[in-house]
Amino acid sequence: MKVFLLILLALPVAAFSAEQTASLKEALPVSDEPAIEQRMVNLAEDLRCLVCQNESLAGSHAELAEDLRKEIREQMKAGKSDKEVIDYLTNRYGDFVLYRPPLKPVTYLLWFGPLLFLGIGGSIWYATLRRRRTMQSAEIDEQKLAVAAQLLEEKE
Amino acid sequence: MKRWLPLVIFLVLVGFFAKGLFLNPHEVPSPFIGRTAPAFTLPLAGNANASFSPSDMKGKVWILNVWAPWCSACRQEHGYLMQLAQTGAVQIVGLNWKDADREAASLLTRIGSPYIAVPDDLDGRVGIDYGVTGTPETYLIDREGIVRMKHIGPIDGEVWIKKFEPKLKELGA
Repeated sequence: MKVFLLILLALPVAAFSAEQTASLKEALPVSDEPAIEQRMVNLAEDLRCLVCQNESLAGSHAELAEDLRKEIREQMKAGKSDKEVIDYLTNRYGDFVLYRPPLKPVTYLLWFGPLLFLGIGGSIWYATLRRRRTMQSAEIDEQKLAVAAQLLEEKE
Repeated sequence: MKRWLPLVIFLVLVGFFAKGLFLNPHEVPSPFIGRTAPAFTLPLAGNANASFSPSDMKGKVWILNVWAPWCSACRQEHGYLMQLAQTGAVQIVGLNWKDADREAASLLTRIGSPYIAVPDDLDGRVGIDYGVTGTPETYLIDREGIVRMKHIGPIDGEVWIKKFEPKLKELGA
């Protein structure tokens, strides 16, 4: 049991060091211009890798992601703005490449859906509260109250 | 009625999830549908002196099949593409995508080629221009050079009859 626990504890450490050596290897072919590289990574973090769709373009090892990073780097070196680079990518891969979907009629439900549900939930909550309040303030029949008190006393 | 409401909401959710479960996340809608196919000029695989450009196909309904010798799903659809080429239903151009080992020409002589031309996209730039995310991907392009349909994944008889044939009929090819 103890041995098992030790192994369990050691696992994340081993995984971490493996990851680190991998990222060290990855770090080698970096651009000679750190400013461009930083801009590229910042931009690519908000873009989807189209091969492994749950990874960002910055973090993916897929070959296509590497090609696209190279393309972004080159366009930035050529003086293109971030917006121009994003337009280049969305023209080819669609809005799907963006992790932050743009605000337009088809995405209204996506952007404002949470507000809509908050509104629905809020109105249900409000309606319930109001109903409770009216229930409490229901008129008390003094006569019936007296009868009830009497009954209770009798029982004792 | 009120008592059944949670169950109804639950069933609606189950419906959505069941639908989502059977969607293919790689079937990303292509922004090229209805747009002119990007222009390019590339040398042919195995014959660098000749070249291919989409404008060569003006006036024809044709298919651009993005494939690669290293792609096993492409080998899967190869047989069906051969059949299509033999019936002459449509002309197929095979974009050879990122063939770093330069195998396309020899592979096609060995297993047969369904293509009328095999433009050689060594660095994958043309693939990026077409929004290719992986092989095989297939574009249906009309007489005016406009992309009418994109299919992701291998083509087989079912895909052909369900997706391509109705579109081809519509385009009068």
